[in-house]
Amino acid sequence: MSAAAAPQAQPVLVVEGIAKSFGGVKAVDGVSFAVQAGTMLALIGPNGAGKTTCFNMLNGQLRPDKGEVRLAGEPITGLRPRHVWRKGVGRTFQITATFTSMTVRENVQMALISHAGVSFSPFGRARDRHREEADRLLARVGMAEQADRACGVLAYGDLKRVELAIALANRPKLLLMDEPTAGMAPRERIALMALTAEIAAATGIAVLFTEHDMDVVFTHSDSVIVLDRGRLIAHGTAEEVRRDPNVRAVYLGSGATSGGH
Amino acid sequence: MFDLILTQTLNGLASASSLFLVASGLSIIFGVTRIVNFAHGSLYMLGAYIAWTLVGRFGPADALGFWGGVVLAALLVGLIGVAIELLILRRIYQAPELFQLLATFGVVLMLQDLTLASWGAEDKLGPRAPGFKSFLIIAGNRFPTYELFLIAVGPIVLLLLWFLFQKTRWGTLVRAATQDREMVGALGVNQRLLFTSVFAFGSVLAGLGGALQLPREAVNLHMDLSMISEAFVVVVVGGLGSVTGAYLAAVLIGILHAFGILIFPKITLVLVFLVMAVVLVVKPYGLMGRAPVGQARGHGPAEPLLLPADGLTRLAGAIGLVLLALAPLVAPDHILLTLTELVIFALFAASLHFMMGPGGMASFGHAAYFGLGAYGAALAVRWLGAPMEPALLFAPFLAGLAGVVFGWFCVRLSGVYLAMLTLAFAQIAWATAFQWVELTGGDNGILGVWPSAWAVPKTSYYYLTLMICTLSVLALRYSIFSPLGYALRAARDNPLRAEAIGIDVMRVQWIAFIVAAFAAGIAGALFAFFKGSVFPTYMAIPRSVDALLMVLLGGVQTVSGPIVGAFAFAGLHEQLMKATMYWRFGLGLSIVLLVILFPRGLVGASLMGLERWRRRRRPAPGLAVEAAR
Repeated sequence: MSAAAAPQAQPVLVVEGIAKSFGGVKAVDGVSFAVQAGTMLALIGPNGAGKTTCFNMLNGQLRPDKGEVRLAGEPITGLRPRHVWRKGVGRTFQITATFTSMTVRENVQMALISHAGVSFSPFGRARDRHREEADRLLARVGMAEQADRACGVLAYGDLKRVELAIALANRPKLLLMDEPTAGMAPRERIALMALTAEIAAATGIAVLFTEHDMDVVFTHSDSVIVLDRGRLIAHGTAEEVRRDPNVRAVYLGSGATSGGH
Repeated sequence: MFDLILTQTLNGLASASSLFLVASGLSIIFGVTRIVNFAHGSLYMLGAYIAWTLVGRFGPADALGFWGGVVLAALLVGLIGVAIELLILRRIYQAPELFQLLATFGVVLMLQDLTLASWGAEDKLGPRAPGFKSFLIIAGNRFPTYELFLIAVGPIVLLLLWFLFQKTRWGTLVRAATQDREMVGALGVNQRLLFTSVFAFGSVLAGLGGALQLPREAVNLHMDLSMISEAFVVVVVGGLGSVTGAYLAAVLIGILHAFGILIFPKITLVLVFLVMAVVLVVKPYGLMGRAPVGQARGHGPAEPLLLPADGLTRLAGAIGLVLLALAPLVAPDHILLTLTELVIFALFAASLHFMMGPGGMASFGHAAYFGLGAYGAALAVRWLGAPMEPALLFAPFLAGLAGVVFGWFCVRLSGVYLAMLTLAFAQIAWATAFQWVELTGGDNGILGVWPSAWAVPKTSYYYLTLMICTLSVLALRYSIFSPLGYALRAARDNPLRAEAIGIDVMRVQWIAFIVAAFAAGIAGALFAFFKGSVFPTYMAIPRSVDALLMVLLGGVQTVSGPIVGAFAFAGLHEQLMKATMYWRFGLGLSIVLLVILFPRGLVGASLMGLERWRRRRRPAPGLAVEAAR
């Protein structure tokens, strides 16, 4: 792996030979890769390649049949989503997931309250807790002015930003973003991913994201891995992957593959 | 011993058949329309009553008269089903599922009074079935042939249903609609016709189940609720939407009942409960059921923003409280009694709201915890000789303990599954109070639960009640805005997201369940000393529905809703009881109209109206949907 050359520290995320079958179908079959601190790794592949399955094995929604997932050297394989989060993994959803009965600020406060380990406390007003920190996070993603609005009425691009702020609340080592720009206008896509890259570089958070939009992938990723039918078929910089004949075959269709994007 | 096992097994199988007929109808209707038809037990009861009349008219001794009467009764029930579907259900297919359940309960109430008005209050004894009057000797035991016939009915109907669903176009459509309603609609199938025919078909099954009971037991006015709660247990255990599952579960429950009488004659339902618990832990969606596709609450509208009370609301609350505190100065005794009851019910409603509103868990059996609070107090007085003060303190813990046990199971489910399970638990609590005569006095209840001397005067007890209930309601309110309340709402709004920020969704819902049970227990204990006695009816289904109505009348998304709802409901109830002996019909009709006209509740509807009015005056305010105060 090219990233192994980095001398300074161990990778934030190491995935070794994870596999998952549904019935007889091998959705993911022995995939290994690593993500370095402060870098953005894009996970791409045609529909049905196993991206979502792979992702769900990292965030705890699915337990791998085989293989190991390590976060900063510590195994997190098969932990439940809430425990994965406690270990330092933030995530955003393909279809934005926020709490609609709360304001934008309260959404972030909720994550901060949970991070502080007091979600079960019946004392004190939740609105008064971690207010400054929530505002700081919202300012970081450019949502400070809308802190008092209901999450249910935000524009889609703004919701994505709120999700990003929520995902940053536990000071994660790793950020998992499932199709972060799906459903967004091109201009918003670029803005969101530029913001993410900036945060990753500034804080040292490692980012793993799946993406359909090749412009986003080639502009904002430090490296790219390509899945096809459950297997890792390429790994390298955007430029290397773009030239890889296997990848071209998968995406442009050599007759043997299912339809791409 | 062998004799006993054989007899009880055959008994169990015989009672399973009617249960299966009702449960499969319920299951098929749910599969296609996504409505849990509370009135299905009422259709079963109507089947029995109509068959009684028809068979009596056609001549019970004549085979054609009897069987013709039974079949015609089932078909007539099907027609009644069509009427219900056309007049009521068709208007509420888009409403939240809780409101649908409630509307069908309104139908239960209406049918109860219609039955009472048509057939009177006394039980009706049916004739024996011609051709099935003899006994068969099996291993030295006399066994009625009609029972054996009933045992055969279950598998025969199961087979017919299988044939219908696999081999006919209509059956294929029903199966397709059960899997994906929208897709069937997109294929150009007439959905209205499909829904109506499915409802009619399910109703015929229920009517047949009732009619077939005619030679077996006396027809009475309690058949509806006792059947529906058992049918709920059957579909929860078997899996909603699965006919085979319904049969398996009906046989299981029928046999358990039969043997339960041998093992725990006092508390047969405990056995049923244990089996249900085991099944749900191993297979949360029942023996043959599948997890609902997507999120159970996914199709509902987004939850509106909840804000703490503004100055005006606080002021209104404070004025209301002052008025209540001053009431004894002017109000005569009978008004004071009504007010005491109202205040107790406001706490009861607020406790249900806590788990239903912020928690998103609708309970159809909240009366269990109210009743357990009442029984906790009464048992402490009767068996421990406790005075009022320690009894009041002890009682909520009994309710809370039940919340710990029942809640553990309930939070594993969601939506209608959860609602049905809460109802089943409440029925178990009710049956225990009813059957365990040595401890609870059974139907006669426990009398002599009087307050301490200082609290005997009506004014003193009123102030005691007002103080405890006000503090409890304020505590519930306070915790809604605490981190716990926020975590609860987070779990309701978006469970996936809540888990993804480290919130243990099941645990936070479990805590809310226990808190709600505890608070309901406080209300129940106060009610016990208020009435001076406790009865199993404190835990019966109608009381659970009363609480639901209070919450929904006020609007589930508002914190002050349940209080307003409790007062509005009690007022409505009293006026109806004064106006007519058929107040159930009036109440049922009101429920149905309420669901059709105000799906957001009174406070919710007025807030919406206010918001619309504000917007017209001042276009596009920053905050859009503010339904909550």
